[in-house]
Amino acid sequence: MVKLGWSENNLASSLTKEKFVEIYKKLFEIRSFEEKVFELYAQNLVPGTIHLYVGEEAVAVGVCSNLRKDDYITSTHRGHGHCIAKGAEPKRIMAEILGKKTGYCKGKGGSMHIADFSVGMLGATAVVGAGIPIAMGAGLSIKLRGTDHVVACFFGDGASNQGTFHEAINMAAIWKLPVIFVCENNLYAMGTRQSTVMLVENIADRAIAYGISGIAVDGNDVLEVHEATRKAVERARIGEGPTLIECKTYRHKGHSRIDPAKYRTKEEVEEWLRKDPIKRFKAKLLQTNVLTESEIQQIEKKVFDEIEEAVKFAIESPYPAPEEALEDVYA
Amino acid sequence: MTYKEALREALREEMRRDRTVFLLGEDIGRYWKGAFKVTEGLAEEFGDERVRDTPISESAIIGAAVGAAITGMRPVAEIMFGDLTALAMDQIANQAAKIRYMFGGQAKVPLVIRTPFGAGVNIAAHHSQSLEAWFMHVPGLYVAVPSTPYDAKGLLKTAIRSNNPVFFCEHKLLYPMEGEVPEEEYTIPFGVADVKREGSDVTIVATLYMVYKALNAAKELEAEGMSVEVVDPRTLTPLDKQAIIKSVKKTGRIVIVSEDCKTAGVSAEIAAIVAEEAIDYLDAPIKRITALDTPIPFSPPLEQYMIPDEKTIIETVKEIV
Repeated sequence: MVKLGWSENNLASSLTKEKFVEIYKKLFEIRSFEEKVFELYAQNLVPGTIHLYVGEEAVAVGVCSNLRKDDYITSTHRGHGHCIAKGAEPKRIMAEILGKKTGYCKGKGGSMHIADFSVGMLGATAVVGAGIPIAMGAGLSIKLRGTDHVVACFFGDGASNQGTFHEAINMAAIWKLPVIFVCENNLYAMGTRQSTVMLVENIADRAIAYGISGIAVDGNDVLEVHEATRKAVERARIGEGPTLIECKTYRHKGHSRIDPAKYRTKEEVEEWLRKDPIKRFKAKLLQTNVLTESEIQQIEKKVFDEIEEAVKFAIESPYPAPEEALEDVYA
Repeated sequence: MTYKEALREALREEMRRDRTVFLLGEDIGRYWKGAFKVTEGLAEEFGDERVRDTPISESAIIGAAVGAAITGMRPVAEIMFGDLTALAMDQIANQAAKIRYMFGGQAKVPLVIRTPFGAGVNIAAHHSQSLEAWFMHVPGLYVAVPSTPYDAKGLLKTAIRSNNPVFFCEHKLLYPMEGEVPEEEYTIPFGVADVKREGSDVTIVATLYMVYKALNAAKELEAEGMSVEVVDPRTLTPLDKQAIIKSVKKTGRIVIVSEDCKTAGVSAEIAAIVAEEAIDYLDAPIKRITALDTPIPFSPPLEQYMIPDEKTIIETVKEIV
């Protein structure tokens, strides 16, 4: 039932040039956004903490490039990339991260709790593993309402040791719910290596326990993630139930902004930096003549401008009035 | 009609009225019909999809309800015993209650969690607690505590129609109790207490099964010439403070009877409100009668010892009147 990866050569055949452009743009947008967040943090403009998605962009983009606007996703504390990949506006994400009134959550959520229900982004939970049952519930809702939507549920390797992982995937399996469980395995739950907290090497193998398909893919290869998700989405839409996709990836930075990530060796970090998902995809696009260097530069320039605009919007936006803390407790 | 039948009628009427209402929980379906048989006959009428038996996975039951609620459904989840809500506490307190707030009002979370609390049937520490206060402590949740069949039906219908998560407390000794329920459609708004008995010498505030013990005590006290008012808040969040204060202004005395533990419990909250907002009207100290601060024991004499009874209520009233 579990298949590990597949050949790289037959991946891209079905994608159009527009799709390649869209995928590259999203990857680059997330990277640029996160680097900007890091910069703003250094300037003391970001309250609280941040969990950057740098290095893991291919997972969110590879998955969400298969979704329609009205499909759903759930997200985690490391969620900026998921929001952008699903189509949320960078300027309102940035405003939320800065605690501004114009942010998606009017400053009530911050970096770890961004949602944009208008694009099916059902929100990020900062309790590790808590989004898994919620995604399953959205899948149940789809089934009861009889539509062909799907839910993609992002969570990390750490979350796969929570009871919610077991409970929710089992329920999704028995009821054949249209949920794609996407495990972003970046090898560390905060500072704890995967091998110290589980004996299996592939979290995807756990799918066997629930009688569903599981696949482990190179999470730094956006086309491989895209292809695995495409198949899972196709099955989910026709009522064939959930899939567990494990994407092997790596965060370039520490767990949160205070973490220098000293628990990782220099060699390991360098090895993963060489596998940078954006560099790899860009090289592939050039090598296969899908895009030229100047076309790529144009995309990058456009993204840079958009992110600059988002930053300007966020910085210039007002903070909420203190008494707005009392709003939105009840509907 | 019994309290149990009143709950079932509310579920049936709301499921007929609104296709988005569905039930999920352990053994609520056609085979077991709910541990206390509240959902009997509903799977036959509405099908197994809408009266959904689940695995024993409390966290995922509530998570499923949350995910369904924020995407357009109105789930009613049953947790077989109130004690087991501990297994789902993250989904209740951190997710259901906070989603609307954290996301700046983007989401509605129209879900109901039904569960029975209460001691009295000798099933010990994991099946007998009264944990209402846990849920009162979570902004974003409503907490309903119906004591009669009439209140149970009217409040459950309101809970199902609410766009907020409602923690709906039942009591296992109440299920067989009879009471008047009108034929015609009605709902009961949240935050409106009901005076179950009028009186002028002392106010007893009681919830769930304690309402009956308070009424029994009131009857005996009446024979001795004391006039007791019994106020049932019916919902703890929102709490009808004004009704409690109004009664205290009239009687000048208050006894709070609640089956949960004393420390940081329902009675502590009500006592604090009266102390803050109506102390000038009091002619005697506020009295609280609650379960003792222990886990619920098994053996009948032990269990009876720790749960409030009529005798204690009568003695306490006599102390202050």
